[in-house]
Amino acid sequence: MSFEQLVFYAFAAIAAFAGLMVITVRNPVKAALWLVLAFVSTAAVWILAEAEFLGLVLILVYVGAVLVLFLFVVMMLDINLAEMKEGFARYLPIGVLVSLVVFGLIYMVVGPEHFGLAQFKPVEHGPDYSNTKEIAVPLYTQHAYAFVLAAVLLLVGIVAAIALTLRRRPPSEALYQDIDAQVRVRAEDRLTMVKMPAEVEPDLPENKEEEEGAK
Amino acid sequence: MIALSDYLVFGAVLFMISMAGIFLNRKNLVLILMCVELLLLAVNTNLVAFSHYLNDVQGQIFVFFILTVAAAEAAIGLAILVLVFRHRRQINVDDLDELKG
Repeated sequence: MSFEQLVFYAFAAIAAFAGLMVITVRNPVKAALWLVLAFVSTAAVWILAEAEFLGLVLILVYVGAVLVLFLFVVMMLDINLAEMKEGFARYLPIGVLVSLVVFGLIYMVVGPEHFGLAQFKPVEHGPDYSNTKEIAVPLYTQHAYAFVLAAVLLLVGIVAAIALTLRRRPPSEALYQDIDAQVRVRAEDRLTMVKMPAEVEPDLPENKEEEEGAK
Repeated sequence: MIALSDYLVFGAVLFMISMAGIFLNRKNLVLILMCVELLLLAVNTNLVAFSHYLNDVQGQIFVFFILTVAAAEAAIGLAILVLVFRHRRQINVDDLDELKG
């Protein structure tokens, strides 16, 4: 077994174990953390397949943004853990059975006898081969239209996520600052000048006597 | 030397694990979304492996677009999840049956 194979099997085993932990642990926060491990080790497998750019994008975009978003949401929600795991034991046999059967079928198709080294040799690239450049050239020429569409899709995603979760509360409930009203206000709105007749206070005789007594 | 079948079997293993996860955790909406992410990862692994062995970079461009769509899907899915939780104080999938489908 070569060193390359050893690394591949190690990362594949870590990813598969992390995937198993994702679906079996009780706590959704821990499940999200195991999912991070699964993604990172799969990124390593992609880098072994000379997809360096996508491997790094997987770590930066997926682990850095999407899974952190998952963690945020899971921590914000107050989930009843015991209730959530109900039915796990009941569906365990059928789930394992279906997965094993489907895996057996897939293995018969994509196993070593059809897609082994005899049929497909990996392509050797020189040291000056740049995966990022290889992706970039067709992406910006042949697929430029799809690239712009992807950008529009992300924009729509942002707008949809904000529009869905934005909550307009009544003013009595929230302490919003209405900046427009604050800027628009004039001195006349706050201060009122009132004309009044002048009044003269009469002298108080008791006070005078007290002062004299003190002297 | 790593064979193409190694990558494909690895993708199949991840795919089966996450499919079993959807079977087992059918109450928890968050875990179902996580399993969907894992399914997409397994599919992307197949595309990357074929792209490497057939020496055709189009497969990796496809993965690029799938990642974009999956990120948007995760963001909107989590937004809907937060909405569901705000309305019902729980995210049990069995109780989300107002549509009577």
